[in-house]
Amino acid sequence: MAPRRPPVLLLLAGVAVGGLAALPAVYLAITIAGEASSAADAVFERRTLEVALRTVGLVAAVTVGAIGLAVPLAWLTVRTDLPARRLWATLTTLPLVIPSYIGAYLLVSAFGPRGALQGAVEPLGIERLPSIYGFVGAWLALTLFTYPLVLIPVRGALRRLDPQLEEAARAMGRRPAEIFRTVVVPQLVPAIGGGGLLVALYTLSDFGAVSIMRFDSFTREIYIAYQASFDRTEAAALGAVLVVAMLVLLALYARLRGARAYHRAGPGTVRPMGAISLGRWRVPALAFCGVVVAIALLLPVGLLVYWSTQQLGDGLALGSVVGNAGNSLLVASLAAAIGVVGATCVAVLTVRFPSPVSALVERLGYAGYALPGIVVALSLVFFGTRVALPLYQTLAMLVFAITVHYLPLAVGPLGAALLQVPPRIEEAARGLGRRPLEVFGTVTAPLVASGGLAGAALVFLHAVKELPATLLLAPIGFETLATDIWRQTSSGFFEAAAIPALVLLLIAAPPLYLLSEKGTVTS
Amino acid sequence: MSRHGKLLLALVLALPAVVGGACGSSEEPGSNDDPSTPGITVYSGREPELIVPAIDMYEDKVDRDVQIRFGDSATLAAQLAEEGDNSPADVFFSQDAGSLAVVDGEELLEPLPRDILERVPARFQADGGDWVGVSARSRVIAYGTDVSREELPDSPLELTGPEWEGRVGWAPTNASLQGYVTALRKVEGEDVAREWLEGMVDNDAQAYESNTPVRDAIAASEIDVGLVNHYYVAEAIAENGPDYPVRVHFPRDDLGSLVNTTGVGVLASTDDRAEALGFVRFLLTPEAQRYFAESSKEYPLIEGVEPDHSLRPLARIPSPRIDLSDLSDLQGTLDLMRDTGAL
Repeated sequence: MAPRRPPVLLLLAGVAVGGLAALPAVYLAITIAGEASSAADAVFERRTLEVALRTVGLVAAVTVGAIGLAVPLAWLTVRTDLPARRLWATLTTLPLVIPSYIGAYLLVSAFGPRGALQGAVEPLGIERLPSIYGFVGAWLALTLFTYPLVLIPVRGALRRLDPQLEEAARAMGRRPAEIFRTVVVPQLVPAIGGGGLLVALYTLSDFGAVSIMRFDSFTREIYIAYQASFDRTEAAALGAVLVVAMLVLLALYARLRGARAYHRAGPGTVRPMGAISLGRWRVPALAFCGVVVAIALLLPVGLLVYWSTQQLGDGLALGSVVGNAGNSLLVASLAAAIGVVGATCVAVLTVRFPSPVSALVERLGYAGYALPGIVVALSLVFFGTRVALPLYQTLAMLVFAITVHYLPLAVGPLGAALLQVPPRIEEAARGLGRRPLEVFGTVTAPLVASGGLAGAALVFLHAVKELPATLLLAPIGFETLATDIWRQTSSGFFEAAAIPALVLLLIAAPPLYLLSEKGTVTS
Repeated sequence: MSRHGKLLLALVLALPAVVGGACGSSEEPGSNDDPSTPGITVYSGREPELIVPAIDMYEDKVDRDVQIRFGDSATLAAQLAEEGDNSPADVFFSQDAGSLAVVDGEELLEPLPRDILERVPARFQADGGDWVGVSARSRVIAYGTDVSREELPDSPLELTGPEWEGRVGWAPTNASLQGYVTALRKVEGEDVAREWLEGMVDNDAQAYESNTPVRDAIAASEIDVGLVNHYYVAEAIAENGPDYPVRVHFPRDDLGSLVNTTGVGVLASTDDRAEALGFVRFLLTPEAQRYFAESSKEYPLIEGVEPDHSLRPLARIPSPRIDLSDLSDLQGTLDLMRDTGAL
């Protein structure tokens, strides 16, 4: 089908959303433009290159690690006769609710020097465990707490696979391993790529885990530039490098996804497939799932529960925790709802009307997710005090900032769902005389609804634990669970943060459950 | 629009309303914002735990509300710089002199009247009188009680000796350590500072995120000594009792036990100058100063208020006389720290 011109309204809406989402990138450009030479100095320092290489190494290792964990877990929990596989499906998705700064801290508590594990092995004569700090710790923490970003879409894609393809391959005499490699994996590429992209971008922008693990990544460098040298130009220049890195990752992903069609060509329905028998691999498979769940979920949650019981023993007031939980819920729900509406405009524009403009709109929108929260927050301080002063530091402004930060999380699943809707259905509806908006409402929307829900859930999960923008932009006195955790930890009372941290996990669990159950099923 | 479309739309629109309704009563943002007594807005880089009780004291006294935004000092300084003249803040209360000097450098602070400046020794305020110190802290060597006192060095510069290899903790990303290195450059010169940093890195000094983990690592015998601010140890002893296994050593030589300050300034863009100045005056009353001395174990700065009895008097702490505003010159420090691998 030749590309059509998008309806003006859609184009305007898409460009508006994309433009708003690109505000952090625009802010960087404005900041750098004033001091181009010192910005260039900061970028072309020898040290910048070193940090960049280290960061690239971490991003690659975390992405590969996350895919390496997620694809087998997805396959085991969707396609095999793994015992209690529905339970495993939920448990293996849950580590996503653990904020990286909390997860990293808990890993250090368990595996760090004088941590719980050290105490356990000391009687065995092991005086000092290999240090968890540095690359290994950062890699471990980020891999363990982000792999569900790959797991969720891959599970969805596995469930949507057309069994006819595999049956056809089997009928032609291919062996199971061969079928997996030649038929199943290629079908999973968009899901793996999309999830891997989110993991990579998250790793680029993460500050919590790398600072606790003392790994000097690009984002940590940006924080140091703001917090120690007060050098906004240097920070902005480094942020711009992150935007470039993000554009490279997006281009890679676009090549991977290519111009292939992933929807059915002919009529037919997706029907459930028979489970593959694990046979003697059952025990190793269970052990694999068990180890992942133990380290990424049971260990952190167990420590938090233990600390919480100690706090409760001290007679801590729970009233403020309930209020803060309400605020977190409010902000995250609003951001999720608005994010889905905005992401729909962008996704329809880019998937149905591909053009240089729509590609630019989509890619610049990812800047919010690839940049550290502090940059996104300061960019909205900049614009807020200049063009929207009455809204500055109101709830509306905070929700807007968080939506900008996490919009790409909703664009991804919506775009993927849209890709699987054959354009011919929409064309048929138009052919029958429906207007474009009507077609979207009656035909497209119901088909991509689950993609929208998945997007909303992803935005919610991230928004509920957001910190830097909340500190800078929330109305004064507006406390969330994340600011409460920050309050406690910045005073050095990590254990006191255990209760708000646990409540945070509880709030995030239901949307996550929805996400792991529904994935992005579009049938 | 079909039933499905409407349903989806209703769902999306209803979600926040339902949630908002459910928790609308939990905590109204700015609910203490009574329009009849509009209060000032304070950006505080000092932690809530410590500041909220002090603000409560002030509110009770003047019967006006104070709005406080918390964050870390440097981030708030960056935020103030981005906000410029449109800042909603009236007062900036900072954890360190450096952040204040940055905001001052953007010409966002206004000079304080003489009656305020006179309350605090000149070494704890800005040259132009744009900000004033509120409380002071000393940079000390904290040590575990299983380290013998004779072994402790007379100068922090001696921590690069082979006997300290792998035993020292510090927080190189923390503003207070960077302020210390800046002071070292100003007082002893670039070469001494470089040599010390290289020595610390070569000596396998253990890097932590901030002062608290350094102290905790000493308590856990992970390391033997560490460079921290005095009150981290004083607080822990007050909380855990005299058996807490960390003590404070005040080195005498070179930079000794450098004394630095927290401070406060009034934004030039304030729309309630009188009230903002009233708040600054309150922080320098005996009542507020006593509160800081007792609760956080910092040194009070006005005459007539004594520090906690467990502390060595401020006058007896060996510290070079330097202009604290100079400590905002952090760029050179960062370059040096990166160059030597300390950062």
